[in-house]
Amino acid sequence: MAEIGLGHYLSVAAVMFAIGMAGIFLNRKNVIVILMSIELMLLSVNINFVAFSQFLGDLTGQVFAFMVLTVAAAEAAVGLAILVAFFRNRGDIAVEDANLMKN
Amino acid sequence: MTISAFAFYVFALAAVASGLMVVASKNPVHSVLFLISAFISAAGLFVLMGAEYLAMVLIVVYVGAVAVLFMFVVMMLDVDFVEMKQGFLQYLPIGGALAAIVVFELLLVVAVWAFPSDTELALAHPSPNAAQTVTDPNGPNNIEAIGLILYTDYVHYFQIAGIILLIAMIGAIILTFRTRDGIKKQDAAVQIGRKREEGYELVDIKPGQGLS
Repeated sequence: MAEIGLGHYLSVAAVMFAIGMAGIFLNRKNVIVILMSIELMLLSVNINFVAFSQFLGDLTGQVFAFMVLTVAAAEAAVGLAILVAFFRNRGDIAVEDANLMKN
Repeated sequence: MTISAFAFYVFALAAVASGLMVVASKNPVHSVLFLISAFISAAGLFVLMGAEYLAMVLIVVYVGAVAVLFMFVVMMLDVDFVEMKQGFLQYLPIGGALAAIVVFELLLVVAVWAFPSDTELALAHPSPNAAQTVTDPNGPNNIEAIGLILYTDYVHYFQIAGIILLIAMIGAIILTFRTRDGIKKQDAAVQIGRKREEGYELVDIKPGQGLS
C-alpha cells in the first residue's frame, strides 16, 4: 500500500465535492438538503486547502480554510433564516414554487 | 499498511459514505445526522494531516453550531418531507452524470498534475517571509503556529471574519424578526405619557338608580 500523499486527500475532496453538487440537483424541492449539500462542498474545499497547506509546509492554507469555515457558518445562519422567513410567508419550503420576487 | 494509512481509508470512506447518505436519505433528520458524521470524519482527516486546530474548530463550529442549527430548523418546520423527495429519480440521470463528469475531471487533474520542478527547491529553502512550516518537530505546534501568523500577518482577515459573523448575526435576526399583533406588552412611552384626565371619569350618579 502506497504512502498516503497529497493525491489521496485531493481525491477524497473531489468525490465529496461531486456528491455535494449532485445533491443540489437531486433534491430540487428540499432547500434544507440543498444547504447541507453546499456545506459538504465547502467542507471538501477545506480538505483541499488543508492538504495543500500540509504538503507545501505553509500555514496560509489553514488560515484560509479558517476563513472558509467562517463564511460557511455565516452562510448557514443566513440561509436558514431566509428559509424560516420563507416558510412563514408561504407555508412550505418548495423552491420550485419560489417566485415571490418574480411577480 | 501503516496505521495512519488505515486511519486515512477509514475516515475517507466514512466521509464519502456519509456525504452520499446526506444526499440520498429520505428523512432530513437523518441527513443532518449523516452530515455530522461527515464533519467528524473530515475532522479525523484534518488530524491525520496535522491540522489539529482546524479539526477541533470543525467539530465545535460545524457539529456544535451549524448542525444543531440545521436540526432546529428541520424539526421546527412542519413540512411533508416524503412529498419533498419526489423528483429525486427524475433528476438522478442528469445529477449523476454531472457528478461523474466532475469526479472524472478532478481525478484526472490529481492523477496527471505535478508541481513544477523548482517547487522542491523552494520548499527546501523557504523565503524568510513565508509562513512557518506545519511539520517542524522543533517548532511550535499547530495551534501555536496558526496563532503566531493569524494575529500578526493575517490580523485584518481575522477582523474581517469577525465582521462577516456580525453581519450574518444581524441579518439572521432581521430576517426572522417580526412584530406580532394582539400581544399584550408594556409600552413605557404610553405609560409615562398618560394624562391624569385619561385615567378617571366622573359619573354623576343619581340616588337610587345605581350605575348602568
